[in-house]
Amino acid sequence: MSDDTSHSRPGTEVATVDEERYPVPDPGLEPHIPRLTDVDERAANRATRQVATFFGLVPLLSIGFVVVYFAVPGNVWVDFGPLRANTRNLLLGLTFGLALLFLGIGAVQWARKLMDDEEKIDYRHSAASSDDDKNYMLTELDKVVDESKLTRRKIIGRTLLAALATILLPMIAGLADLGPWPTKKKRAETIERTIWAPGIRVVQDVTFEPFKPEDIEIGQLINAEPANLQDLHGSEYQIEKAKAAVIVVRMDPNTIKIPPSRQDWQIGGILCYSKICTHVGCPISLWEQQTHHLLCPCHQSTFDLGDSGVVVFGPAKRALPQLPIALDAEGYIVAQRDFTVPVGPSYFERDSRDDYEVGDK
Amino acid sequence: MAQPAATVPDESAVQAQTPKKELGPVFKVAAGPTKYLDDRLGIAGLGRPFLRKVFPDHWSFLLGEIALYSFIVLLLSGVFLTIWFKPSMAEIEYEGTYELLRGIQMSEAYASTLGLSFDIRGGLLLRQMHHWAAAVFVAAMLTHSLRIFFTGAFRKPREINWLIGVAMLTLGIINGFTGYSLPDDLLSGTGLRFVDGLIRSIPVIGTWAEFFTFAGEFPGELIIPRLYMVHILLVPALLLGLIAAHLALVVYHKHTQYAGPGRTEGNVVGFPVFPVYAAKAGGFFLIVFGVLTLMGATMQINPVWVFGPYNPAEVTAGSQPDWYMGFVEGGIRIMPNWESHIGSTTWSWNVAIPGLGLMGLFFGLMAIYPFVEAWVTGDKREHHVLDRPRNAPTRTAFGVAAITGYSLLMIGGGNDLVATQFDVSLNAVTNFLRVAVFVGPVIAFLVTKRICIGLQRADHDRLIHGAESGVIDRAPSGKYSERHRPVGPGEAFRLTEHDETPALLPVTDVDGMSVREIQGEQLRRRATRFFFIDTLRRPTRAELEEAAHHRAHGHDEIGADGEHHAIEAEEEHHLAK
Repeated sequence: MSDDTSHSRPGTEVATVDEERYPVPDPGLEPHIPRLTDVDERAANRATRQVATFFGLVPLLSIGFVVVYFAVPGNVWVDFGPLRANTRNLLLGLTFGLALLFLGIGAVQWARKLMDDEEKIDYRHSAASSDDDKNYMLTELDKVVDESKLTRRKIIGRTLLAALATILLPMIAGLADLGPWPTKKKRAETIERTIWAPGIRVVQDVTFEPFKPEDIEIGQLINAEPANLQDLHGSEYQIEKAKAAVIVVRMDPNTIKIPPSRQDWQIGGILCYSKICTHVGCPISLWEQQTHHLLCPCHQSTFDLGDSGVVVFGPAKRALPQLPIALDAEGYIVAQRDFTVPVGPSYFERDSRDDYEVGDK
Repeated sequence: MAQPAATVPDESAVQAQTPKKELGPVFKVAAGPTKYLDDRLGIAGLGRPFLRKVFPDHWSFLLGEIALYSFIVLLLSGVFLTIWFKPSMAEIEYEGTYELLRGIQMSEAYASTLGLSFDIRGGLLLRQMHHWAAAVFVAAMLTHSLRIFFTGAFRKPREINWLIGVAMLTLGIINGFTGYSLPDDLLSGTGLRFVDGLIRSIPVIGTWAEFFTFAGEFPGELIIPRLYMVHILLVPALLLGLIAAHLALVVYHKHTQYAGPGRTEGNVVGFPVFPVYAAKAGGFFLIVFGVLTLMGATMQINPVWVFGPYNPAEVTAGSQPDWYMGFVEGGIRIMPNWESHIGSTTWSWNVAIPGLGLMGLFFGLMAIYPFVEAWVTGDKREHHVLDRPRNAPTRTAFGVAAITGYSLLMIGGGNDLVATQFDVSLNAVTNFLRVAVFVGPVIAFLVTKRICIGLQRADHDRLIHGAESGVIDRAPSGKYSERHRPVGPGEAFRLTEHDETPALLPVTDVDGMSVREIQGEQLRRRATRFFFIDTLRRPTRAELEEAAHHRAHGHDEIGADGEHHAIEAEEEHHLAK
């Protein structure tokens, strides 16, 4: 890189170079055409004033920014038709943004209109090293190997390689505690269970109020959670909520298909399903009353709640897991047990043979 | 250089000995400190190759600059944000100034993002600038890579710099994702939920990868601190290193230039770094910075207070990731629901193929393309003069096919919005895209290739017949014809400076080649036929001379059958041995 030399074009002289590889001779660089600012002093003065004006506005805007920062309160809003903006944010951005912009425009205008615009030529050289450099490196590296005695005492090289390879081991092994290991036992305690258990009341997800069958009309959908979720806090709460969320729907029993094995999982057309999509785990909530379809807003997988939650459209494969429900002594809806299959998206060790499929009894 | 004529008077020799120019006052003031630095750092020697280094001028070279400058804006605004942002998932009750969320349980990450937006003066501006700069950063990298691709700037000796670019694009997208996941609002939490499902779907190791990423089950309490480390330390450090290497290679190779008179493989024509590029590039940095600031001031982006804190049981309809994840999102949405249940295992192709495969496919194809093309052409020369896209019809067609596939997937990422905005069936949109992502690129390939060849014919016509003058002549017989002017020597050179690669017939002389070598060579030759067989040859020197001769004798009437036949007959000579 150090031998770069710029050669300005020799006058207006045009050198024609004829090379075999091109069908047309290279006429050389076009002659330089002066700009208006090169020949007209008034145009040059005008450009100078433009640049100076842009630069001159920058201090004003910068001071304006500081004034806005200290003087404009944060709770004033300004409306532009349908848009509403925080005045302080807007003015801070406008002053600072315009200051930067004017500084930049001034500099570019200076370069375009006033700085010399005669193109110059640099000559290229091959990216490869010179033969001299290559030969020097080869002979010297050969000496380096000799001087290190590596070729005579090969055992050093071999043990060095083994040492370098194994020194990575602690660095990799040290990451084994990134998270708990999802062994079979661990999976059974975590992603393969939820906090639903026999007798746990199904409660509304915001108020945590339990409800009875007569509280639900046909066609209604209720977002619900297990009552024992309230006892949890922090990350434990979020983890369990991410698995235990359910939806309770009431449909006319005569318009839906309930397989014989699931007859006692429902109460007169009231069914409870996992709210967590079997695709990648979004909470599903778009309910089409008439078709009994439930649509996931993330990737549009569509499930038929009138047919045990099977997939009717979209990228999800497995039916929504259904939660068997019953009534407790006071008549509130409760879970009979936990889900029969893991909820949520697929994972490699998931045994998906027990999931409901179209045609199952 | 021409020898001075003998008549030059002797005075000119005296002129050459003008006294040394008096240095200005600034130089005098700076002399002391500069000497101090030079004695210790040798700055004059360090700066010498760069002070007047020449860069060519073209608007398309600014795309990479936009990427670089928005990265600098990201660093500056990012430092500001880290001063107040708390990367913690600990639950607190919000007591800040935004009244609608008071008393609500949320993570510290979300609460501190609200604090930045409402309580820190300029915080919202910087947050929005940072988010816009990220969107612009990835967009600029992508368009810059398209410029490189379509002009063939990835050819030798720049293949490694292309790979560095692909790595930066990938890292930029990853960092964008980790960044918009940090505020822990409902939208970003939904994005993380998606990533959890994506990681889980990896065959065999998915569950382990999930537990190691989230430190257990989703969402856990460590994912945001971990993403924060990746977002502000790991990826930016990698990006900075790659940017340094990328720019060092640009300096070492010297910038490519477009074809034109005086611009050859052996030189670079343009303006010097000082003063022109110092002003132009420095000014452009400030313009990019200024525009991003104005965007942050006037264009709302990611209003997290509207979405609310993350709640794993809620989601908003129309949830979309940032634009650069759109093609992956589209792949996920339009993928058929393929999943295999083998024994007690589940193979989730419906998530793993679009989620991981698509990114791998896109960046993988990008990374290997220069090497595929170099293998096909067998070209070992250095290239510094850029191709016009029309002169590489197959490459250009591949590029447009890729853009088409990418765009269709991007549309898929918003299939719900397409359905609601255009009042069409969501299922129809999805089903259409399932086919279109395969058919669309093929059509785009064929159409683009024909357009390129058409443009090559137009160039050919200009060279052989000259440029249309707009002057219509009427012959005594009543026949009309347009007068053509020969193109100038500069344009003629520009239109013929590109390389030609022949399409090769199968090799017949196989003496001394092993079976493997023969098979490899035949495959390569078949590829050259696919790439180059219908590329229009540029006219030869003899043809141009003949055309010039022809014109000189007044037979330049357009539509003269003989000339058009001449073009077509010439196409039959494409196959070379």
